[in-house]
Amino acid sequence: MNLVLAKNETGRALSDSFAIARDRLPGAGKVAEARSAAFEAYERAGLPHRRIEDWKYTDLRALMREVLPLAPAPDAAALKRAAAAVKLQAIKGARRLVLVDGVFAPKLSELDGLEKGLTVRTLQDVLEAGDAALQAQLLTPDNANPMVALNSAMMTDGVVIEIADGLVLKQPLQVIHVANAATPAAMFTRSLLRLGRDAGLTLVEGYIAADGAEVYQAHDSLIIAIGDNSRLDHVRLVEDSREAINISSSVVTLGAHAHFNTFGMTSGAAVSRYQATIAFAGEHSRVETNGVNLLNGRQHADTTLFMDHAVPHCASREVFRAVADNRAHSVFQGRIVVRPDAQKTDAKMMTRALLLSDDAEADNKPELEIFADDVTCGHGATTGALEESLLFYLRARGLSEKEAQALLIQAFVGEAIESIVNDDLRELAIAATRRWLEARS
Amino acid sequence: MSLLEVKDLKVRVEDNEILHGLTLTVNPGEVHAIMGPNGSGKSTLSHVIAGKPGYEVTDGEILFRGEDLLEMEPDERAAKGVFLAFQYPVEIPGVTTWNFLHTALNAQRKARGQSQLTSPEFLKKVREVAKSLNIPQDMLKRGVNVGFSGGEKKRNEILQMALFEPAVCILDEMDSGLDIDALRIAADGVNALRSPDRAMVVITHYQRLLNYIIPDFVHVMSRGRVVKSGGKELALELEASGYAQFEDAA
Ligand SMILES: Nc1ncnc2c1ncn2[C@@H]1O[C@H](COP(=O)(O)OP(=O)(O)O)[C@@H](O)[C@H]1O
Ligand SMILES: [Mg+2]
Repeated sequence: MNLVLAKNETGRALSDSFAIARDRLPGAGKVAEARSAAFEAYERAGLPHRRIEDWKYTDLRALMREVLPLAPAPDAAALKRAAAAVKLQAIKGARRLVLVDGVFAPKLSELDGLEKGLTVRTLQDVLEAGDAALQAQLLTPDNANPMVALNSAMMTDGVVIEIADGLVLKQPLQVIHVANAATPAAMFTRSLLRLGRDAGLTLVEGYIAADGAEVYQAHDSLIIAIGDNSRLDHVRLVEDSREAINISSSVVTLGAHAHFNTFGMTSGAAVSRYQATIAFAGEHSRVETNGVNLLNGRQHADTTLFMDHAVPHCASREVFRAVADNRAHSVFQGRIVVRPDAQKTDAKMMTRALLLSDDAEADNKPELEIFADDVTCGHGATTGALEESLLFYLRARGLSEKEAQALLIQAFVGEAIESIVNDDLRELAIAATRRWLEARS
Repeated sequence: MSLLEVKDLKVRVEDNEILHGLTLTVNPGEVHAIMGPNGSGKSTLSHVIAGKPGYEVTDGEILFRGEDLLEMEPDERAAKGVFLAFQYPVEIPGVTTWNFLHTALNAQRKARGQSQLTSPEFLKKVREVAKSLNIPQDMLKRGVNVGFSGGEKKRNEILQMALFEPAVCILDEMDSGLDIDALRIAADGVNALRSPDRAMVVITHYQRLLNYIIPDFVHVMSRGRVVKSGGKELALELEASGYAQFEDAA
């Protein structure tokens, strides 16, 4: 059946697009072979639809319909618009790396004075001239997930960041994806972050639209390897245009005694899906993932997390807050697997949804699969509206209905935002919340 | 012109009429006490004046400086100078008292066409007021009323009253749940705000509070009506004889 579906108009258009793009896509030999295999895997499956369990709330055949043609490389005018756009998420003191329409933009990036032990290369460079081990690591995501397979086939550029053993960077690294998309187009990016042992980094990722960019698709994937005794703080802000689609995946592995603190917020894009797989490969490691969806209009945002407790003595905390207004639809799927060896696992997941209208929807699908007996695991979920008594108290003190709602919404998402350690980044998330609130009043 | 005029007010909640034609006139500088047994409709009156949703006014009117108060949104009433100190102030986790007060004050100032106070300007103002009410700075950093004792919650209401400088203050059972020391501090705070331009309506179940806040007028409410009005001596009379006589009258 899938074979038949893949041969519809959309499927054919994409095949043609892949055939055309293939020569432009970096990498030969094994890389090119992997691309072809990935594309075949994608073609067999086609866009995921609601009858596939993992995608039941996010039917891309209905929501996305087609994969747009590959965006052309940005010209001077595009870079100029992108340079203006990055100001939206500018933070003082961060080292900025910018991708415009899926292509690394050296002129907008800060590559001078890299600390000893910090290496930054483009995906293009690594796929064309990198060592085989690094290339292999870039090709690790398997093709079982069609959107990951599509990304593997089409990946155009990205950043490959390596932090040497013992290097703890104070300065955050910021990767900004700017869509310029003069005509409707798709960008496919893949990045890799390797943190050695005893290392530390704060990584900020942002997705934004340059002035005039409306209809586009950002397809991104990120591979993260955190070495023993290392710590990664990660913040991700999706502020894409309200007509854009953002499909992003990340695959994270942690060594022993490692710590991963990640915060994601989606306030932009018409349709978005963020799928993250976090795997514990070493003991005594800890993950905190915090997420916020701020949605209105007809926005659809899906966060799908898979926490893989494969080894003993690890802890994970998932906190998710969804705010949905109008006819928006928020989806949270949290799967926690505790494998037979993973004794003393401590895994918790808490999701709360705030519905601001009768037509808004929030779906929450927790899945706990526990194969070890000496573990502490739990999850909880609530869905509700803003409390009338609180709204009235605020209004009796002079706040308009919108202002009162805004204050309570800020408090609602605040608990997740509080998890961001870096002050500047916390401010960035608060500012993005404020932008969303201002846009709705 | 009177500051607040409640004329023949009838109010329903769902299918029950709770206020059956209540009249009250409050002039600048006056302190009115409304006393009455539980369930007589005191909080209902305060809620309707403040604009709480869920009440249906079927008859009568409320004028504030001659303007129709019932036509105004709750925030408009606040900006014009109507203040209700709640019987049960709500807890708002995640919103610091500090941020709440700043946002509220600026919202009222904006509605009145006044300039917005910057953080330092606000800080200076709120510090002065907090100090005069014996409120520790630390309380301002906590979530609104979160983990506050009964006394702290009431003091927080009075702090807001002092900060917003309203024209009419309605205090709903500010003495409930307070021990005598807390009551004295709260009452001192209220007395400090008495002025020739400002009126107060002190709602209470017990005469005790009126030893600390001396009213100009006392009204007895029973079953949704004012059944007797008089001077401060009426409170003492009630203390001696109880509400029963008025229950019969109503
Ligand atoms: N939301 C409500 N729904 C139904 N009945 C109510 C509601 N609020 C108040 N009442 C009723 O109205 C009457 C007056 O209540 P209230 O105004 O709280 O009195 P008081 O403050 O004098 O104790 C009571 O009989 C109470 O049960
Ligand atoms: Mg009451």
